[in-house]
Amino acid sequence: MIEINNVSKWYGSFQVLTDCTTQVSKSEVVVVCGPSGSGKSTLIKCVNALEPFQQGSIVVNGIAVQDPKTDLPKLRAKVGMVFQNFELFPHMTITDNLAIAQIKVLGRSRDEAVDKGLKLLDRVGLKAQAAKFPGQLSGGQQQRVAIARALAMDPICMLFDEPTSALDPEMINEVLDVMVQLAHEGMTMMCVTHEMGFARKVANRVIFMDRGAIVEDAAKEDFFGQPRSERAQAFLAKILNH
Amino acid sequence: MSDFDFSVIVQNWAFLAEGLRYTLQVTVTAMIGGILIGTVLALMRLSSITPLQWFAAGYVNIFRSVPLVQVILAFYLILPLVLQMITGKQIPIGAANSAYFTFTIFEAAYYSEIMRSGIQSVPRGQVGAGYALGFTYGQAMRYVVLPQAFRNMLPVLLTQTIILFQDVSLVYAIGATDFFGAADKITQRDLRPVEMYTTVAVVYFIICFTLSRLVKWLQSHIAIIR
Ligand SMILES: Nc1ncnc2c1ncn2[C@@H]1O[C@H](COP(=O)(O)OP(=O)(O)OP(=O)(O)O)[C@@H](O)[C@H]1O
Ligand SMILES: [Mg+2]
Repeated sequence: MIEINNVSKWYGSFQVLTDCTTQVSKSEVVVVCGPSGSGKSTLIKCVNALEPFQQGSIVVNGIAVQDPKTDLPKLRAKVGMVFQNFELFPHMTITDNLAIAQIKVLGRSRDEAVDKGLKLLDRVGLKAQAAKFPGQLSGGQQQRVAIARALAMDPICMLFDEPTSALDPEMINEVLDVMVQLAHEGMTMMCVTHEMGFARKVANRVIFMDRGAIVEDAAKEDFFGQPRSERAQAFLAKILNH
Repeated sequence: MSDFDFSVIVQNWAFLAEGLRYTLQVTVTAMIGGILIGTVLALMRLSSITPLQWFAAGYVNIFRSVPLVQVILAFYLILPLVLQMITGKQIPIGAANSAYFTFTIFEAAYYSEIMRSGIQSVPRGQVGAGYALGFTYGQAMRYVVLPQAFRNMLPVLLTQTIILFQDVSLVYAIGATDFFGAADKITQRDLRPVEMYTTVAVVYFIICFTLSRLVKWLQSHIAIIR
């Protein structure tokens, strides 16, 4: 589903990504973790070409992301993405947030789009908030709407970039619950997160990044059992004791 | 004030109203046209294509460094020549019509700077979220960035429009008759400067004051939605 092959990226002379290679198969859940500044966001944004990269290749569902001939908007429409800061559109109601891309990108009718949006809103437990604006919702609620907005596009896979790290602790679980449910339904997911409880529960693999490189890429059991690299061990110890 | 002769105002009201209508028409035309062109200029300035950046920067800097009166005069003289070059015919556009064009082009420079800071006030993540949903550049601008930029800048856009409304009086330089010009002409003829200039001042004040109250209201109202 997602194949990342030897991807390297530079900001000027600063190398953010160094020869990253990994893949996410259909229905697989891969968690990406690592210290701040290690390139996790950059890597995940390369997958839907929100960030360009200079070397290597990324293939999503058979389509080469770095190919200049690739219709990027069309590709991105099929790849759902959830951001740390939710990024709902503040000038639109929740209903419009859910419907606009379905209408403008997928060409669905407004009725169809609203209908689909409201169904998903119900699924994340927020049906009553449909007429409100994002600013009137709590962070956890906004993030659940953001997930519903991505799902409304019928994505073939979902990318999450630290979806819970901007949330107050008491709101983290309501978002994780939605993500766990998605994973159980067989959604292909690549999640940057430090929620190790989530990783233990649903991840198939865990990737550990440090200084732009993929240091460890292991099955969940192996990663939590005995991470091979010292850096991953140190990171795990720090994050689990915290 | 026993000298104040209201009948001068009443008698000449139709002429004054005609002037006021012209002033308002130029203001509204230049506001709408200026914001549209200004928005395009702002997008060019913020684009990653260097020639477009240069064009927009040049446009804005040139119009912001030349006095408006001079632009009004220059366009009044040059516009017929340009039109003649394009169409091959002599088209008498006249002073009153050339002002619509001049103000739109001139104000676009100012509106574009306002729209530019409006666009920059929208967090970058918003564009990313738009792209991630499959929007093209145009769709991301149209549905995500510009509505927020416009809303954030509405008070400033209106403030600029108040300035524009007052600046329309500069068309006296080419002999067009706006509100102020109408009062001025009556003054020359009837020699009633006190009545005329007082009326003009009061009307300008009422309109500008109302608009600036609207700006205040918008400022507090927008703060709530956001
Ligand atoms: N636009 C940019 N220009 C230059 N350097 C950048 C840019 N964006 C990110 N970087 C640098 O790239 C590195 C990786 O950033 P990235 O955001 O991918 O890290 P991250 O692992 O997601 O960190 P965090 O946990 O803080 O989100 C960092 O050192 C960052 O400073
Ligand atoms: Mg990050």
